[in-house]
Amino acid sequence: MEMAIFALFALLALGSSLVVIAHKSPIYSTLSLVLTLFSVAVLFVLLGAPFIATLQLLIYAGAILVLFLFVIMLLNVGGREEGIPGGHRMQLATAVLGALVFTGMLWLLLRPALGGLPHAPLTEEMVSLTGLAQELFAEYLLPFEIVGLLLLVAVIGATVIARRPTPQELSGGGVAGAATAALPEPSHAAWAHEADRAGGGARPASIPGGSGSGGGRP
Amino acid sequence: MSSVHLVNESMAVPVGWYLMLAAVLFGIGTIGALTRRNGISIFLSIELMLNAANLALIAYSRQLDQRTGQILVFFVLAVAAAEAAVGLALFIAVYRQRRTIDINRINLMRH
Repeated sequence: MEMAIFALFALLALGSSLVVIAHKSPIYSTLSLVLTLFSVAVLFVLLGAPFIATLQLLIYAGAILVLFLFVIMLLNVGGREEGIPGGHRMQLATAVLGALVFTGMLWLLLRPALGGLPHAPLTEEMVSLTGLAQELFAEYLLPFEIVGLLLLVAVIGATVIARRPTPQELSGGGVAGAATAALPEPSHAAWAHEADRAGGGARPASIPGGSGSGGGRP
Repeated sequence: MSSVHLVNESMAVPVGWYLMLAAVLFGIGTIGALTRRNGISIFLSIELMLNAANLALIAYSRQLDQRTGQILVFFVLAVAAAEAAVGLALFIAVYRQRRTIDINRINLMRH
């Protein structure tokens, strides 16, 4: 029974992961990755880690990939994709490189563990959430807190990086303005135009023009 | 401390198979990250590689009968969430300036 479940979801994970890297549209890649993550979560349950499987579904499939979908739809990317520079030969070379990495991984991973059945039978104590929590909050308390800090920093960083520049920065006042001032003119103008359009009538009409004139530029 | 056997041992899957699957998934992710040109697709391939590493960690955690692997996966999940947030924010910022996230065309640092 366990073998059948393993075979089914291992094949599902393999197939869907191939779709992830082969499909042209990032939307389908993302949805296929959800299927891969689900299959791997089932394997986590088989390996006696139901809590990690739940986390995988909640955090990965539920939050991270939804974020991906949001960004894909926001940016409206996908469809056409140029080949890598160098054409088919280069593509083949990268695929061979990937295969080499895979072979190396296989060798490293399997050398100590080939064939053997699990060291010990799966016990209820090993699977229990209580034991995991006790270990996490006793032995690994400091890393846990640091991860919390990391998430906070990531949230702040993401907000700062992705936010729309203010009018002052667009006209060259702030740090971001100084960075954008060095850009080629057309993309900058289009950006300012889009910002104005998205912002509705709230922004003064003079701002896109003002940014284009480059008054605050060194 | 109960030691109920949750799985019939004669039917158990060798841990090596999980590791092999993890290696295959990692290889697929590597090939994807190297051959795709769309920034989002590369990101997805990297997520796939992270997940393959997670599977290997859980498999070893099972093999060695220790929870450390599971705790490591917990941290990997958190770091992956942070990485996705910051990475996607970077893509949005680049897209605002360049109107593309095709990495062949993103060469801001070359000039």
